[in-house]
Amino acid sequence: MKRILAILVEDRPGVLTRVSGLFSRRGYNIKNIAVGPTMEPGISRMTVTVEADPLTVEQIVKQLNKLVNVLKVNDLTDETSVERELMLIKVKAEPGRRSEIQQVAATFRAKIIDISPDSMIIEVTGEEQKLQAFLLMMQEFGIKEIVSTGSVSLLRGSKVTRELRA
Amino acid sequence: MVLACLEKENVDVVFGFPGGAVLTLYDEIYKMGKRHILTRHEQGAAHAADGYARVTGKPGVVIATSGPGATNLVTGIATAYMDSVPLVAITGQVATPFIGTDAFQEADITGITLPITKHNYLVKDIGELPWILKEAFFIANTGRKGPVLIDLPKDIQAQEGEFDYPDRLEISTYKPIYEGHLGQIARACTAVKEAKKPLIYAGGGVASSGAHEEMLAFSQKTRIPVTTTLMGMGSIPYEYELFLGMPGMHGTYAANNAINEADLLLAMGVRFDDRVTGKLDTFAPNAQIIHIDIDPAEIGKNVLADIPIVGDVKRVLAEMLKRVQPGDTEMWCKKVVDWKKNYPLRYRQESNNCLKPQFVIEELCRLTAGEAIVTTDVGQHQMWAAQYYRLKSPRRLISSGGLGTMGFGLPAAIGAQVAFPEKVVLCIAGDGSFQMNSQELATAVKYDLPVKIAIINNQYLGMVRQWQKLFYGGRYSHTNLAGGPDFVRLAEAYGARGFRVASPGEVEETVKIALNTPGPVVIDFQVDPEEDVMPMVAPNTSIVEMIGGEER
Repeated sequence: MKRILAILVEDRPGVLTRVSGLFSRRGYNIKNIAVGPTMEPGISRMTVTVEADPLTVEQIVKQLNKLVNVLKVNDLTDETSVERELMLIKVKAEPGRRSEIQQVAATFRAKIIDISPDSMIIEVTGEEQKLQAFLLMMQEFGIKEIVSTGSVSLLRGSKVTRELRA
Repeated sequence: MVLACLEKENVDVVFGFPGGAVLTLYDEIYKMGKRHILTRHEQGAAHAADGYARVTGKPGVVIATSGPGATNLVTGIATAYMDSVPLVAITGQVATPFIGTDAFQEADITGITLPITKHNYLVKDIGELPWILKEAFFIANTGRKGPVLIDLPKDIQAQEGEFDYPDRLEISTYKPIYEGHLGQIARACTAVKEAKKPLIYAGGGVASSGAHEEMLAFSQKTRIPVTTTLMGMGSIPYEYELFLGMPGMHGTYAANNAINEADLLLAMGVRFDDRVTGKLDTFAPNAQIIHIDIDPAEIGKNVLADIPIVGDVKRVLAEMLKRVQPGDTEMWCKKVVDWKKNYPLRYRQESNNCLKPQFVIEELCRLTAGEAIVTTDVGQHQMWAAQYYRLKSPRRLISSGGLGTMGFGLPAAIGAQVAFPEKVVLCIAGDGSFQMNSQELATAVKYDLPVKIAIINNQYLGMVRQWQKLFYGGRYSHTNLAGGPDFVRLAEAYGARGFRVASPGEVEETVKIALNTPGPVVIDFQVDPEEDVMPMVAPNTSIVEMIGGEER
């Protein structure tokens, strides 16, 4: 089962290693991870997507909470939240197929951000499912390269993650 | 500045080994006359600091240089981590401009020890040093205790800075929970009142939090029998009528069967280790489980708890003692006490003059009145020590339970003896394990530490041999140590006294002589080489499927 964890950490050297090392040594798999600053100076937020059963996730959360640099861990999976991932796709685009690609991109509200004589770079954001669907469409044209951020996630409404019970 | 911090933390002794990257620190030790025990190997220093911590309950402090000095601490740190022992390790590091350049004697020790420390630090600014040291001691010795490492580059050691040592500390990201949830405590008390076959299963957390008196009082008030793990040994006096001995792989018939039949298991400061539980889904199959532990991550890790209580065992038990009403357990108590009587730990003493290891330990116990501080290595002798040395009080069996570190016993005995110069410190060692840190005999001699070392010499890596005999068709692959050193002459070469005992008749006299000999003494007990630790539960089977636990 896919779970999304929001982890607030102190922005100290090695904190990413501490978190990711904990996953690997206890045999948990990180599907993707995104790290960035928060509004509070010195505090960063990691969004980690894991594939695990509920008991394992409970254990992951407890183990994360034991790390001295970890401030708070929340499982956002069961909360109403919005989740986004950003992906850049370099796709083959001979002049004759450009408009076709543009149409598909428009449907997915993706943006074309670079064009060269035989390729394009497209930027698309959304939930994982949407990105997968878009990739499927792009395969037809020939994908040269992709890169993506991990998922990031925020609670809907005015509630903020720090106010959730751990 | 480090030394000033150590003063503030009331550290009276440090263990260590100098080197290039800690020259400045050692110069301060020299100038300030700080008490320092020089071992012969950094691993020995780590285990000695660990032994010191285990007997005193205060954090042990160990110092080593960068690179190989630091990596030699790794086994010692991992040992302390697995057994939740408060340890502060200070390592030298190459000067900050050289970090990351593969400089001479450089190793990324914070990276290496990340998984085996509670927390660690690389100091990059002299201004950080006071709060890092303060935090290190605080983290090591609060909550679930454990080792903390501070990596201190050479140039930072030489810097001067303002010494502003915080008196108190508030770490927003680190808040151990000590008080148990009152609602859960009330539920636990109800469960105790209703239980017909309750059992206390207590571990290292009881000793660590100093909850032994509360636990005994609790058991007496509620008439609930007690089994203690290797780490919990001594938390209940061996002779207490409702004490059933150790559970698990080499546990007693009474303890394992009590777990199997119990309708309520009060797990206190334990982590349901595989050496205790055997096959997990057969463990305590009939019991509701109350799990009290200071580490929330232990609760539900291996076994789901019906009533989880996160908190310090001592405080939780004190709270429970106020409320708990005994249930009706007399039938149950009678049953387990009968088991204890009818299926005791025992061994066969053949009529010939063969020296049985169990007999040696029984005699050591008798001749020290069960009051020695006993350290062990790891293997058969460790289990026999746990089974046959009848402890009266906690913090007296010092053994590497979680990591199972051979070579732990002698350096740990040194640490214990440094802490308590007047007490009898007995190191029960194996001939294999002893050779892993025998160089520390030099340390014991140099500081005139009167540790008494009993080598249970069966000329084998005995526990591995036992498994080979039982599970690998008797193929003794590389476990035969025959032809090893003459331990008596080895002891003498180091300037210690050495004795050899090969028959039961010599044990008493030699032990008495050893106990009355000043300074370190080695006794080479040449025991039956084929003796096995019994009873035994094969790995990944139920703990009631015991080999060698027949009725008397």
